[in-house]
Amino acid sequence: MVAQNTAPASRRSGQMLLLAVVAVLAAAGLPFLINSFFVGVVTSVLIWTIIGLGMVVLLGYSGQVSIGHSAFLAIGAYGHALLIGAGVPFFLSVPIVVAACLAVGALIALPSLRFSGVYLAMATLAFAFIVEAVIGDLDITGGRGGMPVPREKLFGYSLTQTNVLFYATLVLLVGTFLIARNLVRSRTGRAWASLRDSEVAAASMGVGIARYKTYAFAFSAATTALAGTLLAHKVGYLSPDGFTIQQSIEMLILVVIGGMGSLAGAFYGAAFLIILPILLSIVKDKVPSGMGELPGLEAGIFGAALIIFILFQPKGIDGAIRAVLARLKNGTGAGRDDHAGA
Amino acid sequence: MIAELLLNGIALGCVYSLIALGFVLIFKATGIVNFAQGDIMMLGSFFGLTTIGLWGMPYLLGFVCAVLATAVCGYLFNRLLLQHVVGRPEFQIIMVTIGLGYILRTIAGVVPGWGSLPQRFATPFDGKVDVVFGMPVSQERLVIVLVTAGLMVLLFLFFRFTRVGIAMQAASQNKTAATLVGISVPGVNSLVWALGAGMAGVAGILIAPITFVYPGVGYVGLLAFPAAVLGGFGSLPGAFVGGIVIGLLEVFSGFYLSEWVRNAAPYMALLAVLFIRPSGLFGVRLQKKV
Repeated sequence: MVAQNTAPASRRSGQMLLLAVVAVLAAAGLPFLINSFFVGVVTSVLIWTIIGLGMVVLLGYSGQVSIGHSAFLAIGAYGHALLIGAGVPFFLSVPIVVAACLAVGALIALPSLRFSGVYLAMATLAFAFIVEAVIGDLDITGGRGGMPVPREKLFGYSLTQTNVLFYATLVLLVGTFLIARNLVRSRTGRAWASLRDSEVAAASMGVGIARYKTYAFAFSAATTALAGTLLAHKVGYLSPDGFTIQQSIEMLILVVIGGMGSLAGAFYGAAFLIILPILLSIVKDKVPSGMGELPGLEAGIFGAALIIFILFQPKGIDGAIRAVLARLKNGTGAGRDDHAGA
Repeated sequence: MIAELLLNGIALGCVYSLIALGFVLIFKATGIVNFAQGDIMMLGSFFGLTTIGLWGMPYLLGFVCAVLATAVCGYLFNRLLLQHVVGRPEFQIIMVTIGLGYILRTIAGVVPGWGSLPQRFATPFDGKVDVVFGMPVSQERLVIVLVTAGLMVLLFLFFRFTRVGIAMQAASQNKTAATLVGISVPGVNSLVWALGAGMAGVAGILIAPITFVYPGVGYVGLLAFPAAVLGGFGSLPGAFVGGIVIGLLEVFSGFYLSEWVRNAAPYMALLAVLFIRPSGLFGVRLQKKV
């Protein structure tokens, strides 16, 4: 994580900041360069990057596994849609929903104070199933049939417009990234890393395990809810089928493939998760009939990618990129990349 | 009415028990939380469809062949894949089993004769009704209960009296000591996988007339988690009882309350157990190793 101290920290972070500013500016110019379909794709990638940031913090930094974050995505999306339907403006609705999930996340993290590992995964799985069942039954959410997301304007521009949603997402992503980055570099981030590596050692050094686990879980719940509010505008129609265990698992695939050694992994994973199915559908159209008919091919490819990454590249795309960069930097290369990863 | 619900609940619960038992067996022996257990059950359903439905084997023969085929698959999964990730962080191993489940679902959709549409195969019990204690009882349900009960007895005898069964217990209790007395732990683990997969296969064939056969049927297997947690996560009798409880809970809440409660009830029970008595009904508390 913070292990690589080859350059003075200030210079390194200065370079990083410059790089990030350039990336954001380049992204801001995108809608003028590519057509609206691709802007939509990039928006999806950015929305999933927001989710990914929370997951990297939860899994990569604090070492906790959740198979229930689809519930927070659902609460974010439905909560936001219901609030703006009731006349609450976007600027108020988003903070309300995010704050609510921060609180719910802290509440759900309570089990993690008592047990760890598999048990927490089970508790979150159960939470997701219950939320899904409740949403599928309520009248105000339209039950299993779902509900349309009310139209909403931002500074007078409709969020149904691809470019408007894109800029809104970009701004919120940058905000989330800055918060996440400051968190992982602070005392809190060091506490997470210590309890991830050994809870016993962390506790004996005076790190409040329960408190920091709760912080990480609540943070990831909040970012996932934030992504949910944006996703609601992106899809335009919400139904319980879009918020199942399947989505929770996709979030886990995102961090495994992107890599959870650094926050950048969230972006790589999101790009993989969104772009691969689109590429597949393009390939399917080109291939003569029969081949393209394979149902569920996508899931199989995700599964295979998951296994291949864990077997051969457990640090994900992020780890691979950092290994290459470290090699380029040192010229001779050998032996340095081991220090770069988690 | 209550008697009928009771039988339905127990029959459903028996299927959950079988899946949960295989799951707990694998967990105890290898420490792997197997998220593909439901998909292995799905594989069993499809093997049953192939031998009994497509090839027209007699039911019993087809049943045995399909279970054996599922067991062989379980053996191979461990041998070719999971053995290579032993010792990795728990999360990575979970993700490998999730990936395996995804691949199995895709394969089931592709194999000729299988496909993604729900199918069914004929059983000798279709629509037949027996009279037990003066009550009409569906044979299908009765067979599920009897087969599960028989399997439980066999399993008990197997672990108690056979060399392989005792070796499995030894290997899961203490790997080093087991190795020292000449047990090949990886070899035994593969056999445990075969056993666990075989039990899921039995569950898959038994449940096929109720749920039909399609690639997504493995989601039923997720109910093995509440069953296992209810039973204490590391206890075989616990998993059995947990499965029955979950089956009953589902059937009764679905009948007396509503559909959403039916779907949520097993997981509410899971959360309740975790909060109130994490060691489960049978009190096996897993200690985290430092």
